[in-house]
Amino acid sequence: MSVSELSILIVDENRIRASIIEDGLREAGHTRVTLVHSVNEVARRIVEISPDVVVIDLENPDRDRLEHFFSLSKALQKPVAMFVDRADTAEIQAAVEAGVSAYVIDGLKKERVKPILDMAIHRFNAFARLNRELEEARTALEDRKIVDRAKAILMKSRGLDEAAAYALLRKTAMNQNRRIVDIAQSLVTTAGLLGPET
Amino acid sequence: MTEFRITAGFIPLTDSLLLVAAREKGFAAAEGVDLTLVREISWANIRDRVAVGQFDVAHMLAPMPIAASFGLSPIDVPVIAVMGLGLGGNAITVSAALWEDMAAAGAPADFAPAEVGAALKQVVKSRADKLRLAVVHPYSSHNYELRYWLAASGIHPDRDVELMIVPPPLMADALAAERIDGFCVGEPWGSVAVAAGAGRIATVKARLWPHSPEKVLGVTEAWAAAHPEALAALLRGLHGAAIWCGDPANHAEAAALLARPDYLGLPAELIARGLSGNLAQAPGREVPVADFFIPHDHAANLPDPADALWYYSQMVRWGDVPAGPERLAIAARAYRPELYQAVAGGERPIGRSGGWFDGVRFDAEGLDAYAEMLRQRDLLIA
Repeated sequence: MSVSELSILIVDENRIRASIIEDGLREAGHTRVTLVHSVNEVARRIVEISPDVVVIDLENPDRDRLEHFFSLSKALQKPVAMFVDRADTAEIQAAVEAGVSAYVIDGLKKERVKPILDMAIHRFNAFARLNRELEEARTALEDRKIVDRAKAILMKSRGLDEAAAYALLRKTAMNQNRRIVDIAQSLVTTAGLLGPET
Repeated sequence: MTEFRITAGFIPLTDSLLLVAAREKGFAAAEGVDLTLVREISWANIRDRVAVGQFDVAHMLAPMPIAASFGLSPIDVPVIAVMGLGLGGNAITVSAALWEDMAAAGAPADFAPAEVGAALKQVVKSRADKLRLAVVHPYSSHNYELRYWLAASGIHPDRDVELMIVPPPLMADALAAERIDGFCVGEPWGSVAVAAGAGRIATVKARLWPHSPEKVLGVTEAWAAAHPEALAALLRGLHGAAIWCGDPANHAEAAALLARPDYLGLPAELIARGLSGNLAQAPGREVPVADFFIPHDHAANLPDPADALWYYSQMVRWGDVPAGPERLAIAARAYRPELYQAVAGGERPIGRSGGWFDGVRFDAEGLDAYAEMLRQRDLLIA
């Protein structure tokens, strides 16, 4: 039996993250990978998919329902355990911290399933890091827009050039021990209160 | 002043109040505990994050430590109940359409369990399709209470209806969308469904089994053993909080606390219903319930091993575990009253054993006879 014969079900409402996991599994040679975005869909398609392992994110409020469903499902008729090895606490910890859990439908395939969970943990962490970086980039962009608007106000009202306007913002920030963007925000807000910027 | 940092997980429910009050009213801080509360989205997450140590303690369903002790949890870590977080507080709510049928079959709007149950049985018998009723988790008091009430009303919970799992905050929506016909859940989610116009409260836990155990504070055995001083300090803080929560004069403030977006994020007036027991059975129809939710009185905070045995008896009854003397001992050991007793001046169990609405007495000492009586009765359900 080759590795590619394992049937893997991914339940994730986040479509981007689900695709990232799916890509990782396909790169690792798995061909039987099914993506679903809701537990309702699991209920409908469980027999058809007949998964050996189910990967689900911990943000899904329906995880209790999924577990109950496994416990009832006559279609599975195999023991369902969460996580590859209940004794491997480091692995379990890593998974929960990454925000993912995995149900292994057939305990006998445990050693073949472990790399799948490893990959899921890795990709969940990578996705979280990517999100964080995106958020930081977004914030940085917002900050820059505010500073640009403050500079424009100073250039217009004080007749300064751009470099001088920025130098004034920076000097004020240093004197008040605040961030440039905070000074710029105050200036933009005040200018808004006092009248049109232009 | 802070000596202990403790992180607790909770599910947005009215009976998370003791933890919320311990933090927000300074009871935890007064004992040197910096208590961080983390709202969770599923009971499975509560269970797993306690098991791996992300949460030190948590708001737990009463049967969860017992299920963990039986190895029914996916992560095999022993969990114990060290304090009760309140008695009662659940309601069984049905859709407006189902209530109409039940009322036509004679269901009174006063929560009387036997009469409402008899009407439900008539409706169940007259329908071609099975009613879909939801509970919050398989190992929940909600599941066992609903099953008890159905069986006592002559409705077999596994044959005559379909039982499903829905998380508490999604119950009202599921009812409105007609994915379920009714549910058993802790407040305020019954009142939310009534206020939305989708639900009618059929009966309440406080009428099924007055003064009966509900959520517990759960902790891994390992954490309790490694941090005895932190745990004792937390229990002292929660004890103070419980007394505060039990005083009706504080209900308005308690409802306002729970209403905050980081806790329940719902209108305080709605939450206040479950604290005072002045439930709206239907929009505009208020039906007061005595002792609907009891945060402190009647030994509410003592995790009595007899309570654990009642849950065990129901787990056996519905086939979750086989019966046996070893399992009985394991179930009783999942509830540890001694830690709270040390904090609360040696409070004694008062025995919540009797009192089910059907008159069948639960006796923790005579568990086999109790189980046999229920088994005989379940066989007669037709």
